[in-house]
Amino acid sequence: MKNMLTIISNALCRITGRNVGAQTVSELLIDLSEYVNVTSPVSAPALAQAQAQRQPPKPPPVSTRAPAAQLVSAQTDQLDTPGTRVVVSRSFADFTSQATFDIKKCDVHRLEEGPPLKAELTRDQGLQYYRVMQTVRRMELKADQLYKQKIIRGFCHLYDGQEACAVGIEAAINPSDHLITAYRAHGYTYTRGIAIKEILAELTGRRGGVAKGKGGSMHMYAPHFYGGNGIVGAQIPLGAGIALACQYQGNNQVCVALYGDGAANQGQLFESFNMAALWKLPCIFTCENNQYGMGTSVERASASTDYYKRGDFIPGIRVDGMDVLCVREAFKFAAEHCRSGKGPIVIELKTYRYHGHSMSDPGVSYRTREEIQEVRSKSDPITMLKERMLSNNMASVEEFKEIDIAIRKEVEEAAQYATSDPEPPLEELCNHIFSNDSPLDVRGTNPWARLKSVS
Amino acid sequence: MAAAARFFIRGAPLKLPVSGVGTGAQSSFEATLLKLSPNSNSRTTTQRRHAAHFTFQPDAVPTQYGPTQKMNLFQSVTSALDNTLASDPTAVIFGEDVAFGGVFRCTVGLRDKYGKDRVFNTPLCEQGIVGFGIGAAVAGATAIAEIQFADYIYPAFDQIVNEAAKYRYRSGNLFDCGNLTIRAPWGCVGHGSLYHSQSPEAFFAHCPGIKVVIPRSPVQAKGLLLACIADQNPCIFFEPKILYRAAVEQVPVEPYTIPLSQAEILQEGSDVTLVAWGTQIHVMREVANMAQEKLGVSCELIDLQTILPWDTETVCKSVVKTGRLLISHEAPITGGFAAEISSTVQEECFLNLEAPIKDDQLLNPCQGPTSGSPGLHHLSFSSSFIQSVERGQEKTLC
Repeated sequence: MKNMLTIISNALCRITGRNVGAQTVSELLIDLSEYVNVTSPVSAPALAQAQAQRQPPKPPPVSTRAPAAQLVSAQTDQLDTPGTRVVVSRSFADFTSQATFDIKKCDVHRLEEGPPLKAELTRDQGLQYYRVMQTVRRMELKADQLYKQKIIRGFCHLYDGQEACAVGIEAAINPSDHLITAYRAHGYTYTRGIAIKEILAELTGRRGGVAKGKGGSMHMYAPHFYGGNGIVGAQIPLGAGIALACQYQGNNQVCVALYGDGAANQGQLFESFNMAALWKLPCIFTCENNQYGMGTSVERASASTDYYKRGDFIPGIRVDGMDVLCVREAFKFAAEHCRSGKGPIVIELKTYRYHGHSMSDPGVSYRTREEIQEVRSKSDPITMLKERMLSNNMASVEEFKEIDIAIRKEVEEAAQYATSDPEPPLEELCNHIFSNDSPLDVRGTNPWARLKSVS
Repeated sequence: MAAAARFFIRGAPLKLPVSGVGTGAQSSFEATLLKLSPNSNSRTTTQRRHAAHFTFQPDAVPTQYGPTQKMNLFQSVTSALDNTLASDPTAVIFGEDVAFGGVFRCTVGLRDKYGKDRVFNTPLCEQGIVGFGIGAAVAGATAIAEIQFADYIYPAFDQIVNEAAKYRYRSGNLFDCGNLTIRAPWGCVGHGSLYHSQSPEAFFAHCPGIKVVIPRSPVQAKGLLLACIADQNPCIFFEPKILYRAAVEQVPVEPYTIPLSQAEILQEGSDVTLVAWGTQIHVMREVANMAQEKLGVSCELIDLQTILPWDTETVCKSVVKTGRLLISHEAPITGGFAAEISSTVQEECFLNLEAPIKDDQLLNPCQGPTSGSPGLHHLSFSSSFIQSVERGQEKTLC
């Protein structure tokens, strides 16, 4: 029997061009079923359907046009040569559905213990994080492109490099929790539920934009996402206020109030820390430390670069912000801390941005290209997650490629929409200045023009 | 509007060079104006985008201050600061990112030339910057603080209004922070949206004890800035950011001052007085030319230069002569500085006025924040101010 198995599996190897030999009957059957998939176009759809029903990811497209002769190829043939491509769908049983990863220990301040050192990741979660991070990445790169084409104008602060922060936070909190951040907000707008096309249309200033085209890059909002704030540090007292509302309403929600390393030196932050600690507000103050406040490195701006300790009497955690699992565990810990009534907590996410401060900043006059390259190659959040999943057999390269292609298409369509959507109409120019029942008369640039403000 | 139309029919139909809104083949003045009015039915549905809503017009080369050099606005500011640091050993410049030259390159080269203890960066804290500046000024240093954008000056508002402005008064002249000068980029720039376009001069005009100055060109900027630095009162110097590169003139290399609280009459006229400051002067220049060509109206153009304390005498004298006044600025109309000018002029020159005083506004068409959409900017051009001018004329006909 074993001999038979070996013989058949070897034959299969030669036929299908795969190197692994079947060790068990079930593996053999699986291989056989795949071979059937490859060579019989008639039964392939049915089989594909059956397989699709069995497993969450769709089988990748199978090339049935390759002639049989080419399929009998030497094992050294590259599998991705066009024409001879045999894209084999690996069934669900192939992948590890869950794995536990070691994550970096976090520095803590005024805490007995920090977040756990191990994080569990299921296959679905991993693919989901990958998908969202890659979408944010592609969306930001598309915004970069559109800006250079002058389709987006004004100010544009891009988030690529910091995706793990947004995705990790979203993974740890509930959609009913609250979030507020500064102007590097496109990533959070997406994770909080706004479609890519609405984000891009807001960047291009069209009526389909999330703020009706009147807000621009820095002013995007969503349910339970309070923006999008242009003035540095101004969003932190707001975040503390939202936390107060949560506490007052007793709804067990928390507020994540984000700021950067530059804003960490604003006075209003310390006022907010004091109030939050005094009244034990469920507020997670989060410093996204990307090492540079516009063009100033943290050492040159801050007397203390331990931003997680800046809360002084507020406990703090310093987290590796390039590792989505680290971020998620830290925020799970922090949310639990707040929800249990222990008061606010400060989290410092050590992260990095690839682009300059904004599109008008090349980003290389205050840091070297080598530094950016090094971070890209060693700590890129998307690559890290992908490699983790691949090395633990949680997904295949083809799957990731497929996701990439789908995302690219989606972003492209969104950009199309953002470019072709019309600008907001002139009638909307003055709307929503005040809240008023009947339209408000508003003076215009032309002294005899009476504009209307509808709210 | 009907009255205006009546007026036009009188005049010969002329092609109006409308600088701005794409009007295609427009042949009549009247039709053009009707199209520009947002209330009109034949409104164009697409908005056009424009590089600038004006053309910068340089002044004549000044001869009384010595040799000159071609400079744009930010270079003239650098020159002024350079002169100050050279002549005054107590002078220090600080603010966000000033060390490498500043986000608008106003302080390029100064740190290398004068050292890092005289030109240094502060962290991101406007309230801290101004408070620190007041302290340094009180102790005797000539403190020149930079706020990166005028839109960010509000955290420092308390320090300016409550500390800087009242120091001399509350100490009975024992102490003062006259050595303090605050510089900030100011005004609309086309893509600035809500927080990089504001003109907050009206907020500070309401505060006795400080001076507020806004130049229109490089030559004015250097002279006025040096005057602010020399002045024994805390001064706020707003620099129109759209002019940083666009305004190029021959500027004297040596230090010189232009007196504060003196408005400048740029163009003499007899029919209407136009008052403006900063970028808007160049728009008003176009308006004055258009009015002369198309309407035969002679405009007297005044650059206010110092907002607080402002030169009431020059403006009132001019209104007594012409009988009509049009004030134009970028900030919202309600409570804008034009309101203060109107109020004073009507009090002083009531019997000389032939028509109501008109306040015009450029960029915040609805007393609201500047919208993020680029297409919604620049809705008003010289041609729309022309309406104000001729309306002012027309009032006397009815």
